[in-house]
Amino acid sequence: MNERVKKLREQSINAKPSLSLERALLLTDFYQSGVIEKVSIPIARALAFKYLLENKEICINDGELIVGERGPEPAATPTYPEICTHSMKDLEILDTRSKISFSVDEETRQLTQEKIIPYWKGRSIRDQIFEKMDKGWIEAYDAGVFTEFMEQRAPGHTVAGRQIFQKGFLDYKKEIVEALNSLDFDKDPEAHSKREQLKAMEIAADAIMILAERYSKKAIELAKNEEDSKRKQELEKIAEICSYVPKNAPRTVWETLQHYWFIHLGVITELNTWDSFNPGRLDQNLYPFFKKDLEEGIISLEEIKELLQCFWIKFNNQPAPPKVGVTAEESNTYTDFCLINLGGVKEDGSDAVNDLSYLILDVIEEMRILQPSSMVQISKKSPDAILKRALKIVRTGFGQPSIFNTDAIIQELLGQGKSIIDARNGGASGCVETGAFGKESYILSGYFNLTKVLEITLYNGKDPRTGNIIGLETGVPSQFNTFDELFESFRLQLNYFIDIKIKGNNIIERLWANLLPSPFMSLLIDDCIENGKDYNDGGARYNTTYIQGVGLGTITDSLSSLKYNIFDNKITSMQELLESMEKNFEENQELWVKLIRETPKYGNDDDYTDELMNRVFNEFYTSVNGRPNTKGGCHRINLLPTTAHVYFGSVIKATPDGRKEFQPLSEGVSPVQGMDIKGPTAVIKSASKIDHLKTGGTLLNQKFTPQFLADDDGISKLLYLIKSYFRLDGHHIQFNVVSADTLRKAQKNPELYRNLIVRVAGYSDYFINLGENLQNEIIERTEHMSM
Amino acid sequence: MKETKGIIFDIKRFAIHDGPGIRTTIFFKGCPLKCWWCANPEGQKTDPEKIISPFQLEENDECVKDIIGEEISSQQVIDEILKDRVFYEESSGGVTFSGGEPLMQPEFLHSLLELSKQESIHTILDTSGYAPQAILEKIVDSVDLFLYDIKLLGNEEHMKYTGVSTELILQNLSFLVEREQNIIIRIPIIPGITDTSENLALIGSYLSELKSISRVDILPYNEMSKAKYTRLEKPYELNNIVPPIDERMNEIKEKLEQFGLQVKIGG
Repeated sequence: MNERVKKLREQSINAKPSLSLERALLLTDFYQSGVIEKVSIPIARALAFKYLLENKEICINDGELIVGERGPEPAATPTYPEICTHSMKDLEILDTRSKISFSVDEETRQLTQEKIIPYWKGRSIRDQIFEKMDKGWIEAYDAGVFTEFMEQRAPGHTVAGRQIFQKGFLDYKKEIVEALNSLDFDKDPEAHSKREQLKAMEIAADAIMILAERYSKKAIELAKNEEDSKRKQELEKIAEICSYVPKNAPRTVWETLQHYWFIHLGVITELNTWDSFNPGRLDQNLYPFFKKDLEEGIISLEEIKELLQCFWIKFNNQPAPPKVGVTAEESNTYTDFCLINLGGVKEDGSDAVNDLSYLILDVIEEMRILQPSSMVQISKKSPDAILKRALKIVRTGFGQPSIFNTDAIIQELLGQGKSIIDARNGGASGCVETGAFGKESYILSGYFNLTKVLEITLYNGKDPRTGNIIGLETGVPSQFNTFDELFESFRLQLNYFIDIKIKGNNIIERLWANLLPSPFMSLLIDDCIENGKDYNDGGARYNTTYIQGVGLGTITDSLSSLKYNIFDNKITSMQELLESMEKNFEENQELWVKLIRETPKYGNDDDYTDELMNRVFNEFYTSVNGRPNTKGGCHRINLLPTTAHVYFGSVIKATPDGRKEFQPLSEGVSPVQGMDIKGPTAVIKSASKIDHLKTGGTLLNQKFTPQFLADDDGISKLLYLIKSYFRLDGHHIQFNVVSADTLRKAQKNPELYRNLIVRVAGYSDYFINLGENLQNEIIERTEHMSM
Repeated sequence: MKETKGIIFDIKRFAIHDGPGIRTTIFFKGCPLKCWWCANPEGQKTDPEKIISPFQLEENDECVKDIIGEEISSQQVIDEILKDRVFYEESSGGVTFSGGEPLMQPEFLHSLLELSKQESIHTILDTSGYAPQAILEKIVDSVDLFLYDIKLLGNEEHMKYTGVSTELILQNLSFLVEREQNIIIRIPIIPGITDTSENLALIGSYLSELKSISRVDILPYNEMSKAKYTRLEKPYELNNIVPPIDERMNEIKEKLEQFGLQVKIGG
C-alpha cells in the first residue's frame, strides 16, 4: 500500500459518520418550488434527482484518484425525508445510541424542526405504509413475526450487469429516443404512462452527466491552484475523465472505475436503496479494460492496483443510511452490503477466473476495510488456486471474502425460469442473495420469524410476551395427541402469517411503484427502457420478491424437543414443558439439562432432527414460493438473518429447545450456537439436507480458530470441506477466524480493538460496533469450536 | 459378512491428524500397553467405565458421571463411517482405526476393514503393533496404510514406560515390511524419555534398514490429555514434563533425517 492509499484509508476509517441535511434541504426546496404540481410523478422524481445533482456540494478529497462523495464529505450521510422523515427523537437516538451512531449537530436539529418535518410529516412513504396496513399486519409486525424492509429504505436489491460498463449515458438517451419513437399511442393503452417514464429516465441521464461535468470543473479549478506538479497533472487527468464518463462508454480501467462510481452515486442519491448498488462481477466487467491497458502499456499493474484501492475507499466513505426502529434492529450496521463478486463462470460456461481476480484479492487483503464486502464464486471448473488464495485471506480473520457455489447459483436461477446466459452472468449480492445481475429486481421484503410462529402456536394464537391474541386459535397444545397434530397447527399458523405478510407486500409494492419511482435506476437494469416501465413497477426483466426465513436451527431444535421429549419418549408433558418455559426454566433445571444435553439437535447429521428441519423448510417454501407479486413476478424464499436473529430472539420467550428467553436465535442455516458437537462435516451434512436450489440463497456460518488455519494443511482441509459442501449443493459458507479470548478482550477494551472485524451473518462488521447481545452470541459461537 | 460387535469409546468425524485427507477415526477400547504419556487413557481398559462429566450444573457441586465406551455392531460403525463419504472422496481421506489398540478386537476390526473395502473407502490402522502375528496376517490385505508406533528401542525402558516388551512389536513390523505394506512410523517425543540421543540414534538406524517405510512422523508431547486422567481418577505420571519447543522438534527431525528417513513434525 503506497502513501497515498494509506492516507486515504486512514481518513476513511477515521471519518465519524454524521447526519448531513444537504440532500433533505435541497429536496425540500425543490418540492416547495411548485414544479411538482405541474408534472407527473416520474418526471417530478427525475427533476428532483437532477436538482440534487445540480446543486449538491462537489467534494474532491486530497490525493484521491476516483472522485465523488454522496454527502458533502466522507461519511457525511444524507437523509431521505420522502422515505423516512426523522423525528426530533430519532435524531436524538441516532446521535446518542452507543452503536451505529451518527453525530447530529445543533444546526441540523434546528433545520429539521423548522424545514424538514413541517413539509414531510405525513407525506413520507413510511407514514403512508403504516397508515395503509391493517390491524392484523400491525399486530404481527409489532409482535416481531416479521419485519418490513420497505418501511424506511427503498427497494434496490440489484446489481450492475456488464452492459453498464459498455455504454455511456448518451447511448442510454439514444435508446430512450428509440423507445419513445416506437410508442403506439393508438393501440397501446399504456403508451402515455410509458412516455412519462421514459422522459423521466431521459432527465435522470442528463442529471448524472451534469454531476460528472461539475466534478470535471471542480478538478480543473483545483488544478489551477495546485502547486505540486504531480498532483496538478492528476487533477487535470481527473477533469478529463469526468468530462468523458459517464457520458460516453469508458475506454480504460481508470475511466471504467470512475464511470461506475458516478453510477453508484446516482443510485444511492436518488433513493436510499437497500444494498446500495454493486459493480457485480468486477473481475469480469473490468477485465477487457485491464487487458487492453496492460497490452497497450498505458498503465502498470501497480497503478491499476492503486486505482482499485482508491475505488475501494469510495465505498467505505459511504456508511449505510441511518436506520431507526425495527429496521435498525434487523440491520444494525454501517455496512451497505455492496458485495463484490469474483470468479464464477463466463456466459459460455467456461471458468471465469482471470489475473484480475487474483489482483482484486490482493487489494481486498491489503485494504482490510469494511466496505465493499467481497466474495468468491467457486464453480466445479474453478482452479483450487483461487479458493486457496481466498482462504488465505479468510485466515487473517476479517470475514472476507465469503465463498459461494456458482453451480448452485446457476441452478437456482434456472429453476426460477431465467435463461442460461442470464444465470451464468449472475451471482450473489447483499449477504447471500442470488440474482440475475443487470436484469433482475430481487427485493427482500422482510425477515420472517419462524420460531415466533411456533411460539404463537404453542399458546393457541396468543403472543405470550404481550398477552395479545394475534394468531389463529389452532388448538390447545396440551390436547394434541400426536406430533403431527401439533405440526399441522404450526402449518396453519405459518400460512396465516405468510398471507398477512404477502398481502402487505402487495400494497407496499404499489405504494413504491406509484409514489417513488426510480428513473435513474431504471436506466441501469434491463429491460426498463424497452418496457417503458419503472424499476419499482416491474420494468426489469425479472421481478422477484423474497421473504427471508430466520432461525431455522432454533425452530428445528424446538420441534425436535417437542417430538422427542413429549410424543416419542414421554420424558415430559406439554404442560410441564410450557410451564417451565414460562418461568425461563428457572425452577426446573433438571428438565432444562435434558433439553440441552439429551435431546437431538440439528447440525449433528442426525436424521431425527434434520428431517424436521426439512419439514419446516418445505412448509415455508410451499407457503411462499410462486405467490404472485404486483410486478409480474412472484414471491420466493431465502434463509439469512443479517442481525434479525438477535432482534427476533429478543421478542421470544424461552423455547422448547432450552433456549432462555430473549436470547438470539440461530442464524441462516447454521445450527443453534454451541449445539453442533459432531464437527464441521456433520454440520455440512445436516445443512445440505434441505434443497438449497429451491431458495434464492442460504447462509452457513462456520468458525475456526486461527491455529487450525495456521498452516497450509489447514487451508487444504478447509478447501475440501467447502468443495464437499458445494458438491452437496450448498449455496454459501463463511468463516469466522478469531479466538473467543480476543473477542472478550475487545468487549472489555473496545478502544484497543477498533480494527477488529468479524463475520456476523452474511457480512462483516467491526466487533466493537455490534450490540452486546450480538457480541455475546459471537463469543459463544466462537467458543464452541470444533477445532 | 458376519455381524460382529466390539467396544469403542469414540467416533471422531473430521479427524485431520490421523492420516491423509479428511477422515473418520474409530477409537477401539482396550489396549495391552499402558504408556505413561497415553493421550487416550480412556482407551486402556477393555470394558466401559465411568468418567466424570465435563458438564456441571452451576448450583450442583456433585460430580456427574458418564459411562465411556459402548458395545456397538460393525454395521452401526460402518453406517457412521459412510456418513462422511463425500468428504473422503473430495480430500482423498477415509477411515482410521485407532484406540486403544484395534488389534485387541480382531474379529470386529476385520469385519470393519472388509466392510470399508467393499465401499471403496481408504483404510488406516493406527497400531502399537503389539498383537500375535496371526492376527496381522488376517487383516493385512485390507489395510491401505499402517500408522505404526515406535516408542523406545531399549527393551527395559520399553517395559518400564509401556508395560510390555519390544519383541513382538519389532517382529510384526518386520513382517509388514516383508509384505511391502505402506507404513508411516510414529514416534511420540516425550522429553527425557523417548528423545534421548541414544534412543533416537537406535530408532534412526533401525528404521533406515527397513524398506517400505514411507515416512516418520514425530509427535510432540502435549498436556491436552491431562484433564482426562483427572476425570478418570487415574494418576498422571508426567507432571513435570514440559512439551518440546519447535526448535527442539526441528533438531530431532534433522537428527533422524541423517539416517536417510523422511521426517514430518506432527501427524
